Amino acid sequence: MISLENRVVLELNVNNHPGVMSHVCGLFARRAFNVEAILVLPLGGGETSRIQLLVNADQRLDQMVKQAEKLRDVHEVQVKEAAGSSFERMVQENSAA
Amino acid sequence: MPSMTGAELLIRLLERQEITTVAGIPGGTNLPIYDALGRSSRIRHVLARHEQGAAFMAQGMARSTGKPAVCMATSGPGATNLLTAIADAKLDSVPIVCITGQVPLGLVGTDAFQEMDIYGMSIPVTKHNYLVRSARELLHVIPEAFRIAASGRPGPVLVDIPKDIQCQSVTFDMLPAPGTPETSPDPDIDQLNRAAEMISRSRKPILYLGGGVTQSGASETSTRLAEKNTLPSVMTLMGLGAMPHGHPLSLGMLGMHAAKHTNLALQECDLLIAAGVRFDDRATGRLEEFCPDADIIHIDIDPSELGKLKTDCVGIVCDVKTALEHLLANVQDKQRGEWVDRIATLKRDFPALLPETASPLSPYGLVRHAAEYVGPDAIVTTDVGQHQMRAAQAYPVTRARQFLTSGGLGTMGFGLPAAIGAALAHPDRSVICFTGDGSLLMNIQELATAAEHNLNIKIVLADNQALGLVQQQQELFYENRKFASSYGNALDFITIAKGFGIASADLAYSEDPASDLRDILGSNGPALIRIPVNAAENVYPMVPPGAANTTMIEGAAND
Repeated sequence: MISLENRVVLELNVNNHPGVMSHVCGLFARRAFNVEAILVLPLGGGETSRIQLLVNADQRLDQMVKQAEKLRDVHEVQVKEAAGSSFERMVQENSAA
Repeated sequence: MPSMTGAELLIRLLERQEITTVAGIPGGTNLPIYDALGRSSRIRHVLARHEQGAAFMAQGMARSTGKPAVCMATSGPGATNLLTAIADAKLDSVPIVCITGQVPLGLVGTDAFQEMDIYGMSIPVTKHNYLVRSARELLHVIPEAFRIAASGRPGPVLVDIPKDIQCQSVTFDMLPAPGTPETSPDPDIDQLNRAAEMISRSRKPILYLGGGVTQSGASETSTRLAEKNTLPSVMTLMGLGAMPHGHPLSLGMLGMHAAKHTNLALQECDLLIAAGVRFDDRATGRLEEFCPDADIIHIDIDPSELGKLKTDCVGIVCDVKTALEHLLANVQDKQRGEWVDRIATLKRDFPALLPETASPLSPYGLVRHAAEYVGPDAIVTTDVGQHQMRAAQAYPVTRARQFLTSGGLGTMGFGLPAAIGAALAHPDRSVICFTGDGSLLMNIQELATAAEHNLNIKIVLADNQALGLVQQQQELFYENRKFASSYGNALDFITIAKGFGIASADLAYSEDPASDLRDILGSNGPALIRIPVNAAENVYPMVPPGAANTTMIEGAAND
């Protein structure tokens, strides 16, 4: 079972088109910053999406947030606690099963 | 309501961006664009001989003017050939817009002939990129591409346009406004005031100027600030020209190949005012030991640069010019006699020793002599290697956008096509390209482009029949085991130049090399000048990669 300890959720509001996931995942991959879990849902009319990334809260997090904010398809980045997130529910469901 | 094809709309939008020259190569999937381009009376197309050459030509235009420039390529190999030059533009923050053809939308994802996912491949090397899915999208994509390329910290943008989209007809009410740079965010005045106080309090400040000073047009402001408060100034490779060569406060380039006094002065400073720099390892050496006693003010328009490597700085997210203007208005007139004396002592005790500058046949002498003969109006490009570092050390760069070099990526092959781009953008100036045989061979096909357009480019080739900087590292750090770093066969560059229809001179066989060099540099049109240099001559001083900047290996001339 994955642990939520020392982890946070990055919540990104992004444009919804086929290249956006490449931009976001590529950024984390090329800066060698592991993404533990990922959730994506379209918002409203489907023109934007919300991406939630479960990541380690290490000292590079601030730089990753700044880099994510530089992506033109990313409108907003928020750092949220892992506790109480959708990931927590998924972890619980997985461990129950 | 106007109606036109996607290709015609693209060309119309480029015209409205005041693009007058486009470098590129046509192919199967961008022929509709070329068909429309051929009918434009405002845009001149320059046919490169390799797509990497086309993208470096766009870089030469953009670096020398500060405005976005355009290159074009077809899908597949055409597009992938652009990538190295796009990556180069990303690392040095150069605004170029690359327009690639793509297979028709219906064939995308089928491994069609010359299909390659250039959208996916270009993500890490662009500031932003697009795959256009309808001709109508061009109405906002093209102005936005130019806006993004030129806004904030500039960078490359790629627009991939499938062939059927180029042919699709589109009707619209009116053309959009051209894309122009966004205004930069307002600076934090409290932080700027705090920075001004830190400057006033400091006893041994140094101003550290990078490419961002050039990008924001702040070189005059930074020089006036330095003069008002007596701030000795160092420049990065990308910042050369921010303070004119020979200015009494200039300490020249810092870092791996700096003069010894420059790195020693940084070691002693108590305040580092970093403007438009990114603390690159070639500039700072071992970061933990860089300016160990200094407080740091870091000004950059890119928020992600602040705290990226040096974490304990006073960070100011701001256009460099705006910030320096504020500091200029808020710092005192100050003389700093003691610090100036100390710098003078360091300069006297550890001078920049550039051996044999009197001879035009020596590695440093060829730089100094060529600089004298082409004069201060010339634009300089370099390739990458020993000749590049020597040009950076020895060329009297007197203004921003004069010295064009591949800094971050260090791309051999940059010099010649970048010189072509600079010459296309500045037909009134002469352009001089310092190169080595290794670098020149990496884009030598563009001699044909230079000859075709009779551009005023002088290629000064320091020919050592080797990859000199590689040999230098093998000698110093691999117990002199030189491997795969010298060329087993001598090339006849004079015959090569002749084959391309380019004038040439081989100073190896010259009775009066200085006079011959002056004559050929003064001629019109392209020319290649070969000067044989000894591969065993290293560039000194040198900080070993990963070492502190105070660890400088010095050559015989510095003993």
